[in-house]
Amino acid sequence: MEHHNLEQIFQDKIDQEIKIEPRDWMPDAYRKTNLRQISQHAHSEIVGMLPEGNWISRAPSLKRKSILLAKVQDEAGHGLYLYAAAETLGQSREQMIEDLHSGRAKYSSIFNYPTLTWADMGAIGWLVDGAAIMNQVMLTRTSYGPYARAMVRICKEESFHQRQGFEVLLVLSKGSDAQKAMCQDAINRWWWPALMMFGPRDGESTNSDMSMKWKIKRKSNDELRQQFVDMIAEQVKLLNMTLPDEKLRWNDSKKHYDFGDINWDEFWQVVKGNGPCNKERLAARKKAWEEGRWVREAASAYAAKQKQKQQAA
Amino acid sequence: MTNASLIDFTLYLADSTLILGQRNGDWCGHGPVLEQDIAITNVTLDLIGQSRSFYQYAAQLIGNGCTEDQLAYWRNEREFKNALLCERPNGDWAQTILRQTFFSFYQRELFTQLLHGADTTLSAIAEKSLKEVRYHCRWSSEWVCRLGDGTQESHERMLAAVENLWPYVGELFVAAPYETALQIDTATLKSNWMDAITAVFTEATLPPPSLTSTFMHTGGKNGQHTEALGYLLAELQYVQRSYPGCEW
Ligand SMILES: [Fe+2]
Ligand SMILES: [Fe+2]
Ligand SMILES: [Fe+2]
Repeated sequence: MEHHNLEQIFQDKIDQEIKIEPRDWMPDAYRKTNLRQISQHAHSEIVGMLPEGNWISRAPSLKRKSILLAKVQDEAGHGLYLYAAAETLGQSREQMIEDLHSGRAKYSSIFNYPTLTWADMGAIGWLVDGAAIMNQVMLTRTSYGPYARAMVRICKEESFHQRQGFEVLLVLSKGSDAQKAMCQDAINRWWWPALMMFGPRDGESTNSDMSMKWKIKRKSNDELRQQFVDMIAEQVKLLNMTLPDEKLRWNDSKKHYDFGDINWDEFWQVVKGNGPCNKERLAARKKAWEEGRWVREAASAYAAKQKQKQQAA
Repeated sequence: MTNASLIDFTLYLADSTLILGQRNGDWCGHGPVLEQDIAITNVTLDLIGQSRSFYQYAAQLIGNGCTEDQLAYWRNEREFKNALLCERPNGDWAQTILRQTFFSFYQRELFTQLLHGADTTLSAIAEKSLKEVRYHCRWSSEWVCRLGDGTQESHERMLAAVENLWPYVGELFVAAPYETALQIDTATLKSNWMDAITAVFTEATLPPPSLTSTFMHTGGKNGQHTEALGYLLAELQYVQRSYPGCEW
C-alpha cells in the first residue's frame, strides 16, 4: 500500500474517533509523540511520589498517615499503568527509566517544588492533582487506545485525591490561627506553580498543532488553564482563603475569571533544571534505582534457578 | 486478668505495628522496583490499620475521652512497648524483608492464639488482621528465598541481615507481665515460630538459626528501647506536639 494511503487511513480513523491500537500502522511522529508524552507522564507519577512521600513519616494523625500512604501508593500504580501503556509503543520500562535518570526524558516541573509544611499535602492534592485532572480528563479521550484506557482508571483516583487534599485544607481553615496561616501559606506557594503545569501559552507551545490534529490533545494549554482558574477561584471561597493574585476577578462579559501574569522566567528556569528541588528529586530516583540493582539481579537469578529446577523435574 | 494488663498488652500490639509501619513507610517512593514499592506500602498500610484498631481499643479501655492519636502521638520513649525488632533501622532490602518475615510469622502465631483468647475484641481484631498477616508472611518469606538463593551478593546480604536482627527475636518469646496475665503461651509461640522460620531458611539456603546460640536483647515490651526509637518518635510526633490541641 502507498505510504500516503496508510496515513490517510490513519487520519480517517482519528477523525472518526476510532482509537489507534498498538498493532495499527501509525506515523513515526505519532508514535514518538505518544511515547514521549506517556513516558513523561509515567515519570511524573513516580517523581511525584517524592514531595508527598516526605510527609508520610510526619503526618499529624494516624488517619492522615494512612490516607497519605494510600495516595502516594496510588501514584505508583499510575506510574505502572502508564509505563505499561508506553511499552506498547516499543520501548522497555528500563530504557525509559534510564532516559529519566540521564535527563533525556522530562517529568512535570511541579515536583521540583519543596513540601515545607503539612498544609502542602492539602495544597498538592487540591491544586496539583486538581490541575492534573483537567489534563487527564481530556486524555481519557485521547486517540491512542492504551493511553486513553490508562487515563480512565487514573482519573477516578485523581479526583479522589483532589477531594482529600481539599479536605486537609478545609480542616486547617477551620482550625487555630497557626493552622489557618499554614493553609494560606501553602496556597500562596503552590498556586502559581500549579498554573504553570498547563505548559507554555498557546502561541509558544511547540508540539501543539500536530497533537491537536491527531487528537492526542483536545484542548489547548490556555483553555485548560482557564478552566482550572475558574474552578479553583470558586472553591477557594469555601476555604475562606485567597489566591495570591491581585488581578484575579470575575469577567462577566467573558464568563471567565481574569488572572495575572505567570512568571515565565521561573517556569523556564525550573524546566532547565534550576528549580528548588530538581537535583534532589533526580538524585533520590537514581539512588533508589542503583541501590535496588542487586535486589533486581537476585530476583532474576532466583527466577532462573527455579525455572531450571522445574525443567529438571 | 486486670484491666491494666489488657491495656498494656493492647498497647504492646498497637505500638509494635505502628513502629514497624513507620519504618516500612520510609520505603514508599524509594523501593528497588515499582511493583515492590507498591507491595511494601500495602504491608505498611495494613500495619498502620492494625495499629489503629489496637489503639482505638486501648483508648476505649482507658476511657476519659482518650483517642488513638493521644496514644500514638503523646506518649514518650519510655512508655512505648513495641518489640525492639520493630524499631530496628531499615538498612537494605534484605534487612527490611527479614525484619518483616520475623515479625509477620510471630504475628501469625500470636494472633492465632488470640482467636481463642478470652477477650472478644482482641479476637475480632486478630481475626481480621490474620488475613493480612498471612499475605505478609508469604510476600516477605518469598523475598527471603529470592535473596538467600539469588546471587552471591544477595546471599551475603541476607547472612548479614540475620546476624544483625537475630539478637532481637528472642524478646518476642519472653513473656512480659501483661502477657503472663493474659495467659499468652510464649513457649508454643516460640516452637511454632522456630519451625516456620527454619523451613523458610532451609528453602532460602540459609544456615538454620538457633535461639540459644546468641545473646538476646530485651526491654522493648517494658519500655526500655534502643537509641533508634527516640529519633523515630521525634519525627512521627512532631506536628501534633508543635500544635497542641488541634484537629488535623
Ligand atoms: Fe498524575
Ligand atoms: Fe497520579
Ligand atoms: Fe494523584
